[in-house]
Amino acid sequence: MQMQALTGGFTDTPREAAIAFRAMLEAMARPGRIFDIAGATPPMPLSIAAGTALLVLADGTTPVHLAGAHDAPGVRDWITFHTGAPLAARGEAALAVGDWAGLLPLDAYRIGVPEYPDRSATLIVEMAALTSSGARLTGPGIETEHRLSLPEIAAFRTNRALFPLGIDFFFTADARIAALPRTTHVEEG
Amino acid sequence: MAEAEQYNFAYLDEQTKRMIRRTVLKALAIPGYQVPFASREMPMPYGWGTGGVQVTAAVLTPSDTLKVIDQGADDTTNAVSIRKFFEKTAQVATTTRTPAASVIQTRHRIPETPLAEGQILVYQVPIPEPLRFLEPRETETRKMHAHEEYGLMHVKLYEDIARHGAIVTAYAYPVRVEGRYVMDPSPIPKFDNPRMNMAAIQLFGAGREQRIYAVPPHTGVVSLDFEDYPFEATKAAAVCALCGSAESYLDEVIVDDTGGRMFVCSDTDFCAGRRGAMDAEAVA
Repeated sequence: MQMQALTGGFTDTPREAAIAFRAMLEAMARPGRIFDIAGATPPMPLSIAAGTALLVLADGTTPVHLAGAHDAPGVRDWITFHTGAPLAARGEAALAVGDWAGLLPLDAYRIGVPEYPDRSATLIVEMAALTSSGARLTGPGIETEHRLSLPEIAAFRTNRALFPLGIDFFFTADARIAALPRTTHVEEG
Repeated sequence: MAEAEQYNFAYLDEQTKRMIRRTVLKALAIPGYQVPFASREMPMPYGWGTGGVQVTAAVLTPSDTLKVIDQGADDTTNAVSIRKFFEKTAQVATTTRTPAASVIQTRHRIPETPLAEGQILVYQVPIPEPLRFLEPRETETRKMHAHEEYGLMHVKLYEDIARHGAIVTAYAYPVRVEGRYVMDPSPIPKFDNPRMNMAAIQLFGAGREQRIYAVPPHTGVVSLDFEDYPFEATKAAAVCALCGSAESYLDEVIVDDTGGRMFVCSDTDFCAGRRGAMDAEAVA
């Protein structure tokens, strides 16, 4: 294990995790709105936002799937040291993190079951940038419409059609985060 | 070591808060669906708001301003105790003023003053399952939600009409969220039901029953009814004896031993605010 794996966590976990979670809560409640989130300094290619989100959510009870370039020794060691989360394949993961191409295909993740739709994966999608433009979002949490630079449209429409089952998404870039729960209707911008 | 430093921030340990936070996110993603969570024992008995307290503890940040109400009042035992609990364990600022609060924990009321973006309303919930008194088995109610099988609830409302000539359910009046899950809005008066369509985030915590559910902002919340017996948000036909409001929800209180009674606002902050404004006008 590299020394780098031991650093970059929260310095005051209870307070930093609470502040970071508020950003994630607001993001999930207002799909497509972009919020600032910080606290962690994870190893590349994990962004500050994705690393912080993992520290907020992951522990020994949440298998994490690392997709694509994120499945790197530095990232594995960092997540293992700071969260204790077991690393897992797509089908067992409660959380998955990676870039969009690496995370696909989506049908490999858990979408919950009719009696327990909450038993579904949450994907943290690393983006080059997040902007309030592009796909038109409507649904719960959105007064009229929000716009977000999603990596594509079709996958989210397919996911919406599964409701109340489905996957929920966070999008991260640098120290910014947005979310897209399964309830959001996505259309071409 | 100061007493406050002996507690982790907001009382709960970090592992518990992570578990509740994951639950809250799934609850927001599936509006109105009751997400099971591993409710903890809290230093207060079940029935005193342990579900709400756990949700509040998981969402509170150091810069929040907390308001706690019980039946609309800031000064009742339950509200005072919970406010003091978080003053001690999270050192957060507290207030009784609705617009000044960023997190409001409530037992059985929605504040009269409309809530805005940036505010979070945390409800204390005794029985989260709206179908529980119709079907006692959890295995069955879970299937009913899964299959969207809500006919029984309409039968219950229909029996109200058949027996009493109107839907007499006055509180914990069932709602449908975004056309999917039927949800118990906690025992708020049905007067408050239409006000659940709001800009703030609504989170519901049931400690004993180990369920958390949520309604995101701007989410469709519709009270169940019939075309010929539409839902009515009722309140006492009176005005507040203290502030004169005809719009706010009223409590009837007994004021002496000879049967004297009066109607007053259940929302103490709303009432005090109106009286303060009237006093200011009188001075000016």
